[in-house]
Amino acid sequence: MLEKNVKLVNDAFKEYYFKHFELIHVPTRTSEREFGYQKFNEGMTRHLSIKDDNELHLLLMTQVPSDVYCSNAYYSFPNLPMTEKDWKGADLIFDIDAKDLKLDCRTSHICCKCNSCQNIVKQGINCSVCGSTKLETISVTCENCISESKKEVARLHEILTEDFGIQKKEIQVYFSGNEGFHVYVVNSDYQTLDSRERADLADYIMFNGIIPETLGMSKQNNSKFALPDVNERGWRGRVAKEIFTSKSKRVKIVQEILSGGYSVFQAKLEDWRQKIGVKIDPKVTMDIHRIFRLGGSLNSKSGLSKIMCKDLENFDPFSDACLLDDEKVEIIANCPISFKLKNKKYGPYEKEKITVPKYVAVYMICKGIADIN
Amino acid sequence: MIQLGIRDLVKYPFLAETGEYLRDKGFNLEQLGHSDWKPIVEKAYGRIVVATTGQIYGSAIEDFENVDSEILSFVIAVVLLKSAGIPTLIKRFSLAEARRAERYLQQDLLQKKNETNSELPLKIMQDLFSVKVMTTDEDFVISVSDYLKRAVQFHEKEWKLINRRVEKGFVFLTAHETVRLIRKELDGYINSKILAVNIPSIPDIFRERVSDLSLLAKKFSEYVTVSSDYPPCIKHAIEVLDRGENLPHSGRFMLATYLLARGQTTDQIAPLFKNAPDYNERVTRYQLDHIAGSSGKGTKYSCPSCNKLKSENLCFEIPECSGIINPTQFGKKRTANA
Ligand code: SF4
Ligand SMILES: [Zn+2]
Ligand SMILES: [Zn+2]
Repeated sequence: MLEKNVKLVNDAFKEYYFKHFELIHVPTRTSEREFGYQKFNEGMTRHLSIKDDNELHLLLMTQVPSDVYCSNAYYSFPNLPMTEKDWKGADLIFDIDAKDLKLDCRTSHICCKCNSCQNIVKQGINCSVCGSTKLETISVTCENCISESKKEVARLHEILTEDFGIQKKEIQVYFSGNEGFHVYVVNSDYQTLDSRERADLADYIMFNGIIPETLGMSKQNNSKFALPDVNERGWRGRVAKEIFTSKSKRVKIVQEILSGGYSVFQAKLEDWRQKIGVKIDPKVTMDIHRIFRLGGSLNSKSGLSKIMCKDLENFDPFSDACLLDDEKVEIIANCPISFKLKNKKYGPYEKEKITVPKYVAVYMICKGIADIN
Repeated sequence: MIQLGIRDLVKYPFLAETGEYLRDKGFNLEQLGHSDWKPIVEKAYGRIVVATTGQIYGSAIEDFENVDSEILSFVIAVVLLKSAGIPTLIKRFSLAEARRAERYLQQDLLQKKNETNSELPLKIMQDLFSVKVMTTDEDFVISVSDYLKRAVQFHEKEWKLINRRVEKGFVFLTAHETVRLIRKELDGYINSKILAVNIPSIPDIFRERVSDLSLLAKKFSEYVTVSSDYPPCIKHAIEVLDRGENLPHSGRFMLATYLLARGQTTDQIAPLFKNAPDYNERVTRYQLDHIAGSSGKGTKYSCPSCNKLKSENLCFEIPECSGIINPTQFGKKRTANA
């Protein structure tokens, strides 16, 4: 980030951290967690341990991090090097990101920035100015992205409670501060699972690796009685609801399936995975040594806060997580796409000088589509 | 507390209760050194030999005249193994005994309907391996986390959680699957039990068989190293052979070509196949040399592609396999996202 931009964003972050202590807390079992942070244009500082809220707030005030992280894992010695930390367990974590959902709306709100000359184009594989192929995709988030992500969260929630028997009160949902949601499961007997075991858990959630036999199709002698029923629980029930759209059609569809045979059925599994598998990022769930963005902190990719969603359905990140100041700031915007913050639409702008509230300025600078004037 | 019957000790002689039983009956090592007991020493030795060939020793459980000798043959086998102190033999013996116990556990679980003996296997699993198994009308049920911790060791797709019935935090299993899940632990348990046994000195009539064990072990001395960076298809094939189970020809071909490609020699590879039920040293050598191209016309065969192996049901793809088309590429391409 350009130095002149850093100053503005840094000041805005500092002010946020000063004003919003009430939103930022250390998680439970604080002394067993590893903390880390990054400052603008600097590397990561990690392997820290933090005692309590006061110590955390002090760090935020003095360091003004661009990003703050905390481990989902519990260690005996969180501030020692990884091999000496003595891992004891970790909350389950899930990352759902709109950019992984392959939504049609995406093309309307992404653009590309040339890494060599900073030129911004709506789309393409070459920079229209210098011809470089090193283009970086910039995306803002739209309401559709958020509502589709919420649906994924809801489906994840159903699997966690119905299939895995996790209690509702142990599940915490956060807006990630950028384009999706982070889901935590605390206090469960899943905490001691290692990385491989979590990978299999993630596959379950994503509907990955299912074999036709599980759904009652085998290579020989198939019978309609083995196929799943809408009243079953777990994936068999969910698949049944997907295949048998209505009761009256069941007989006909069953016949189609049985005459199609094993390989036709097998090919369908992939379609279903796309449709009904929950789109979590498996790398996040598998990683048991990760430091994950701390709840209440700001996300330097957007200037929005990672905040807890108590009422997911009505949660509006563009207002509820947009907590920076609204003081007017003058910026040069170079933004071929438009976005909404606090119910107001901004953009597109073609290298224009505009005056906007600070939260908009920070959002655009963090996204790389504006510079301070 | 469950009262263990003597029949249970025949089935599960590695339980702590065995020691108590023998003590109550007044058996001790010194006394077993009497030549009257020679047949049991032979029986014990036989039990080890059977184990090393990858087979399962069958006790005549119904034949109750000889329950003591069944139990004693296990105990003496342990004494012999311990005195010989050869890790491969101990390893093979504990695996074979684990698989033997697995059969009985399964039978006992299935008998739960007539309620004769359902509690013991559940108790063994709970006490020895802290797996809480509950029963429903026709299934056995364990928690998802207990399941995952064990099932991830299997490469077969059936063991993936997605291919299981999962409800409210529990996985539903058959009796067979339930015991299969704990095989490794049972093996480890028996192994550690043997290692923990302390034998001050052994009776003379044992000595001959102890030295025979050293001879027996020679057969297995060329130990093949299983590297942890082998792809899952290769690991699976090695495990199948290691268990003394049958690996189809296509699997042996894959294994041989893979290891040759990794620079191993036919001499290093041949011992891997020793456990196969149909092992024949000369034939194996011949086949390996043929594959390696060092005999006859000298065409060297290369390792089949992942696609081919998939079609032969030999592939057990994991995320680390992404982007490769042949097992020999496994582990060579590092993913950028560490
Ligand atoms: S993908 Fe290739 S390397 Fe991986 S398990 Fe399958 S066959 Fe082996
Ligand atoms: Zn350019
Ligand atoms: Zn969108």
